Amino acid sequence: MRRLPPVAITAMVFVVGFALCTVQFPNFASSRVAANLLTDNAFLGIVAVGMTFVIISGGIDLSVGSVIGFTTVFVALAIERLGLPPLVAFAAILLLCAAFGAAMGAVIHVFDMPPFIVTLAGMFLARGASFLMSTESTPISAPLYSTVSDFALRLPGGGRLTAIALIMLAVVAAGAVLLHFTRFGANVYALGGSRTTTALMGIPVGSMTVRIYMLSSVLAGLAGIVFSFYTAAGYSLSAVGVELDSIAAVVIGGTLLTGGQGSVVGTLLGVLIQGLIQTYINFDGTLSSWWTKIVTGILLFAFIALQQAMLGIARRAGPRKAGVLKP
Amino acid sequence: MNASSDPRPALLEVRGLSKSFGTLRALQEVDFTLRAGEIHALLGENGAGKSTLIKAVTGVFPRDAGMVRLGGAEVAPRSAKAAVDAGIATVYQEVNLLLNLSVAQNLYLGRQPTRFGLVREAEMRRCAAALLAEFDLHIDVAEPLGNYSVAVQHITAIARAVDQSARVLILDEPTASLDRHEVEILFAVMRKLAQRGIGVIFVTHFLDQVYEICDRITVLRNGRLIGERTTAELPRIELIRMMLGRELAETTSERTAAHARPVGEICARFEDYGKGGYVAPFNLALRRGEVVGLAGLLGSGRTETARLVFGAERADSGSATVEGKPVRLQSPRDAVAHGFGYCPEERKTEGIIADLTVRENIVLALQAKRGLAKPLSRSEQEGIAMRFIRLLDIRPPEPERPIGLLSGGNQQKVLLARWLATAPRLLVLDEPTRGIDVGAHAEIIRLIRDLCDDGLALLVISSELDEIVTYSDRVIVLRDRAHVDELEGDAIDVSNILAAIAVAGSAGAKAGQP
Repeated sequence: MRRLPPVAITAMVFVVGFALCTVQFPNFASSRVAANLLTDNAFLGIVAVGMTFVIISGGIDLSVGSVIGFTTVFVALAIERLGLPPLVAFAAILLLCAAFGAAMGAVIHVFDMPPFIVTLAGMFLARGASFLMSTESTPISAPLYSTVSDFALRLPGGGRLTAIALIMLAVVAAGAVLLHFTRFGANVYALGGSRTTTALMGIPVGSMTVRIYMLSSVLAGLAGIVFSFYTAAGYSLSAVGVELDSIAAVVIGGTLLTGGQGSVVGTLLGVLIQGLIQTYINFDGTLSSWWTKIVTGILLFAFIALQQAMLGIARRAGPRKAGVLKP
Repeated sequence: MNASSDPRPALLEVRGLSKSFGTLRALQEVDFTLRAGEIHALLGENGAGKSTLIKAVTGVFPRDAGMVRLGGAEVAPRSAKAAVDAGIATVYQEVNLLLNLSVAQNLYLGRQPTRFGLVREAEMRRCAAALLAEFDLHIDVAEPLGNYSVAVQHITAIARAVDQSARVLILDEPTASLDRHEVEILFAVMRKLAQRGIGVIFVTHFLDQVYEICDRITVLRNGRLIGERTTAELPRIELIRMMLGRELAETTSERTAAHARPVGEICARFEDYGKGGYVAPFNLALRRGEVVGLAGLLGSGRTETARLVFGAERADSGSATVEGKPVRLQSPRDAVAHGFGYCPEERKTEGIIADLTVRENIVLALQAKRGLAKPLSRSEQEGIAMRFIRLLDIRPPEPERPIGLLSGGNQQKVLLARWLATAPRLLVLDEPTRGIDVGAHAEIIRLIRDLCDDGLALLVISSELDEIVTYSDRVIVLRDRAHVDELEGDAIDVSNILAAIAVAGSAGAKAGQP
């Protein structure tokens, strides 16, 4: 398949990066490091899966970071102040997120507005609403939270595959199936290829747009719940800038920023590469953690340049593979 | 195949179809009949109403009056999608498929075979391969469609349409970007579809292809039906007359004695100049003080020739010399540097910059030629603008008026002034009189003559044969993207040009020897 090459490059970057870390820190290659990599980046992985769908369809969703922040505050207040059972709070926030995403998708489609602007408005809206609810960090002490954080699959070598890491892996697997093996997924690629052509081919473009942004917001809500497990608190300033981290992960994972090409597996690798850099910095102990951002920036540049180069080559080699024609 | 006895039932009947855009009557009570299993050419020059007819039938535009019957039942689709559902599919020159998806996905998008909600990829590929095999197309359907040639993309689009139970297939200039071999493949597909009883409407500019494959021809002109004929019973010259709308008897052009002009030496020469799939190689020599007319039907290669000469397209064969020195024309910049100018056909989109003033539009090309490092002072600009406003009688004579507010004829004069300001040696005019009222028309023609009296070489494209005959010293006739004949002196008249356009095959292949 054509989506292999960029993903293959991402995978190589990850493997080479991991190998380099191992050379420098011999105990890097352990199941503990690997499991922590998954746990620490679980919320980013979940939200990046949704972002993958949005970007492949030719859109962008800048609201996801704010939706995560809103979700943590909402869940914390619902459990601690209102005394709702956690599962009820989760169901409520996911429904709210679905409505929020559907509204953004509908505005984008009906008013033919650029997704950038609409989701930028959504970003301010969600962040503002979370400040309105609470400006302080609210710790969550529900029993479910300690149960979840205690749960883990023991890996050989001492690693603990936590519940939130498992949730992330499940989301990645489900996302991959949805994107690559369903009509819905094919339509997502079609939208990224050309909106007008997709409409001409009889695909309901409007409802697809609504559903794609709904998916992204619901996954952002799920990421928010996972984030609240991770920090055991709700705080309106949490996950600031995560929308940009997830866009970076998607692009590093080989998805075309202009839409039409990409994969969920690539996105997971993109998330893990960012996590790898962070882990390296933690191991080193002397480097500023902001190096994560610098290296991510460099990688982004490299991948975007690579995509442009590959597009250029594809255009020059051109659509001239005549196929076997026997008139 | 004698179709006049009409053994086949009417499949698509259009009766009294009218459509106006504002005051422009694009279609006036047009009738059109497509029979099952026939390939029917829909022909006409620019503005004849071919695409309006197609779009009104397929529901892209609402129609003002008239009705469409498909297989006896009236249909009135409101969108292209509704037309497809009703059984009328259209494949445009720009293929409406998704190049980033696989061939199989393109064939089955929105109707993939599924099991438990999952697409049965293997099953879908098998069906896709089988479907394309019906059209003798054997390709890897898992590859992205964009990896294949335009011909394969067209056949894929056709296969998708036919598989969605299309009964009428409209092909809008499908062969414009195909090479000879690919055209053969497409024709084989069209014949196969006709055998199955599907009605095919074929819109094209290539008359050879019409005679090769079509059973019947309908000609439109200026939004009206001119006639429907059986291909076998319609001689080429008659067809061209129907399209261009003139009788041989009425071709009394007033070629004046003004042609006794002394012809200067050659200022630009093109030898075996051409580009594969664009224009066949041609020889063209342009002399100072000479008007060379390019005549031919729409799509015959006139504009393409002009764009090659001006460097807007790069030639891939042959050589060009200017004043005896070999030159390379890689871009319009090169052409301007060698003293060429080009007034394009699409005045509004490619020529004028509507928001700029007359003065700014006039100095544009001169400033570009000088480079940004040497700006023209305001007073120099005003001097140049006023000189040309007087010389060409541009009205109103106000250099600071936005050009968008001028009439078409005056806009055209400003475009001429733009190039004349650069003191060119060769000026290419593509349809200089299109969309200009009658008075201004005569004036533009007078200007063209005056210009070459001043020693400028002119290459003029026009669909108005009378016009070409009036001002040309030589006429090059084009057909199917090749220079096929050249007329000089007394041989230049409308009937000779028509005859040259109509010659079938390559009988007139002396290809514009100077």
